Amino acid sequence: MDSEIQRSEATLRVNGKPHTLLLDHRRVLLDVLREDLDLTGAKKGCDHGQCGACTVLADGRRVNSCLLLAVSLDGSDITTVEGLSADGEGPHPLQRAFLDRDAFQCGYCTPGQLCSALGALAEAAAGHPSHVTDPALPSGRPVPLDRTEIRERLSGNLCRCGAYPRIVEAVEDVIP
Amino acid sequence: MARTALGAPVERREGLAKVTGAARYAAEHHLSGLAHARAVPAGVIRGRITGIDTGPARAVPGVLTVLTHENAPRLAEPDDATLALLQNPDVPHRGWCVALVVAETPEAARAGADAVRVSYDTADHDVVLAPGHPGAHEPEEANGGQPAGHRHGDPESAFAQAAVRVDVTYRTPPLHNHPMEPHASTATWDRGRLTVYTSSQGTSDVRSVLAGLFAVPVDRITVRAEHVGGGFGSKGSARPDVVLAALAARHTGRPVRVTWPRRRMPTAVGHRAPTYSRLRLGATSDGRLTALLHDVTTHTSPVRSFVELAGTTSGVMYATPNLDVVHHVVPLDVPSPSWMRAPGEATGMYALESAMDELADELGMDPIELRIRNEPDREPAGGLPFSSRHLVECLREGARRFDWHHHVRHAEGPVLIGTGVAAATYPVMVSPCAATAAALPDGTFEIRVNASDIGTGARTVLAQIAADALAVPLDRVRTEIGDSDLPQAPVAGGSSGTASWGSAVHEACARLLNRLADHTGPLPEHGIGVRADTSGRADADCPYARHAFGAHFAEVAVDTVTGEVRVRRLLGVYAAGRILNARTARSQFVGGMTMGLGMALTEGSTLDPAFGDFAEADLASYHVPAHADVPDIEAHWIDEDDPHLNPMGSKGIGEIGIVGTPAAIGNAVHHATGSRLRTLPLTPDRVLTALNAR
Repeated sequence: MDSEIQRSEATLRVNGKPHTLLLDHRRVLLDVLREDLDLTGAKKGCDHGQCGACTVLADGRRVNSCLLLAVSLDGSDITTVEGLSADGEGPHPLQRAFLDRDAFQCGYCTPGQLCSALGALAEAAAGHPSHVTDPALPSGRPVPLDRTEIRERLSGNLCRCGAYPRIVEAVEDVIP
Repeated sequence: MARTALGAPVERREGLAKVTGAARYAAEHHLSGLAHARAVPAGVIRGRITGIDTGPARAVPGVLTVLTHENAPRLAEPDDATLALLQNPDVPHRGWCVALVVAETPEAARAGADAVRVSYDTADHDVVLAPGHPGAHEPEEANGGQPAGHRHGDPESAFAQAAVRVDVTYRTPPLHNHPMEPHASTATWDRGRLTVYTSSQGTSDVRSVLAGLFAVPVDRITVRAEHVGGGFGSKGSARPDVVLAALAARHTGRPVRVTWPRRRMPTAVGHRAPTYSRLRLGATSDGRLTALLHDVTTHTSPVRSFVELAGTTSGVMYATPNLDVVHHVVPLDVPSPSWMRAPGEATGMYALESAMDELADELGMDPIELRIRNEPDREPAGGLPFSSRHLVECLREGARRFDWHHHVRHAEGPVLIGTGVAAATYPVMVSPCAATAAALPDGTFEIRVNASDIGTGARTVLAQIAADALAVPLDRVRTEIGDSDLPQAPVAGGSSGTASWGSAVHEACARLLNRLADHTGPLPEHGIGVRADTSGRADADCPYARHAFGAHFAEVAVDTVTGEVRVRRLLGVYAAGRILNARTARSQFVGGMTMGLGMALTEGSTLDPAFGDFAEADLASYHVPAHADVPDIEAHWIDEDDPHLNPMGSKGIGEIGIVGTPAAIGNAVHHATGSRLRTLPLTPDRVLTALNAR
């Protein structure tokens, strides 16, 4: 190992606010959020991209923030659970739906479920098919989301408390 | 109006904090000067450390120090030997912590941990459990005084003479709790005072353990756990993270955080031990049990004895004149097993309820009718009358809702559809607890009790209990929990949290009402407060056998081409006393059933015979159910009025949901295919093998 820690400067826009940071090359986005920016909404459940608790939106797409080296994200726009609703407004409609449906218990997977669901809704609206999408559907058109589609598209986000049925209902509540 | 608080589907009080990311968990407290620590796991199974070279680790930029048994602060001997960390060179199992690297950043701690070089003298090991293992012994008691066996009548003779017999062995693998929040602790010492943020099901107990280990009075220790990302038993007592954080903080003089990596959790935080359950059921030709013998073989570790008491529920369920429950425990060189949701009940009822299904087949009886025919009028093992028992009602109500009697097995092309049923039970437990209640001049009330909310909604239901007892609107009650400086409380475990904490809260509120009735004029500035402590009463002997009961129904689809089993429907009906919050209770029932689905179909761990560690340690190899595995799940309950429980009339609900689910799913697979699989989980390889053997 080198005797010095390798660092580079990068600028991330997080929840609309730019942060210029001198980053250890090993530091992943999740640790930047949690340790450097004190945005602890994104959770560390496995640190290996296996549980989805760290899911945030990077340039509008859902990502496992534990798998992304932060230094590679210079110029990216990051949205975390803390940024889902604008300042001064109430919770995002999906956050409200999670409360209404009791779509969580311990709450640790919840920020990841929320960000992942919003990413999934955008993917479906953009016409991205999933494993369970009817191949006969016209490509490029929005994919309608039934419960099977929602379950498939959210299967990267584990919930050990078993709130899955309520999460599916909450997501259904905000489908336009 | 005020008295409707109890039972209402009240929204979680901390809900907004959880959905906005504001809720802080154990590893999310930023203390000035915080250092990060990472444990180094033993690289051998059994042996002794002969040397540790920490030089390369200390040379890693950012590493502050490396703690080993040679330089770590000395601890007093703990009751739980899994907490005697870095105190001696012995290695009892693979993964045991042999060093702790403390660094400025998590990255440096990880690089440092990789650079520690340890040499060992190794000894022979054995991690393989099998019935008839020469190391097996039969404990009379286990897990702190619980009876580990029961016998009445002449079970062997009665079984030999029975008209109809079932003699089968069911097997469950090691299972891992895997709460979504890994174990984590942040500790800081300030002039002899220790403050810890940890992820625990009970911080009063953690405080006592730390006080013993560090020889510090409890009033100089504060342990906080405001939000806890699940536990399922694995956070039911102090685990290595909290001891290591306190050790490292004392050694370095800085706040230290220890976060446990996901794939290191199985060796450090406990697991559900594997079981072999041999069930021998003897019955008359009209389906009355004449003999029930449940013989369990399971493992424990030499470090901390814990027995998965899988046979105990066989003494609760069915009337039989001849009963034998026995546990054979084999100490192996394995990580220490511990509590996992319904420890003993989930494994034992999988075996018993599957065997009952086999007996119903032998008799040509409906499995619900078989269970109803063997309904006891007293608890078979203990002989006490039940405080309440509505298993039959649960079975009948479930059958009606599930449309059980109109369900026939059928095929959809290569996919076979079948249904299954199983009963469930879980004991009523309660522990002593203290709480305070105060009336404040602004018209609000403050309840203080060191309850833990691991996702159950504790602070919400305790507010409901208080509002009901005080006869005031819910929004005038505040609850403070999750801090060991609050009145001492037992853990969120054994499905006993709400009963234990709630009894103390209820009593404190009743006393407060009495005090307020005697008070005239405005309240003083700091209000009027009272304290209650249920010691000596909550844990008093009860002349009744107290258990919750339930019935589980499953519909499965078995793909004969791939061997995949999918659950299409899952339905549970419970008799668990009074349900105190319909919203959060339903979530707990459904959550238990989801974990039962995992136990039935996807979750299984293996102790590698040569390597001595769990082969399926992380979430990529140990498959907890994902969204796509879980259908719509229904949980219902029947009104049960039981005056022999607690002031709320409630039984525990956190664990019973898992108890009957695996057997219901396994019985449905048999119904669909005609094949009886007796080893969990029912993975495609096992299902295809069974189908091909037909």
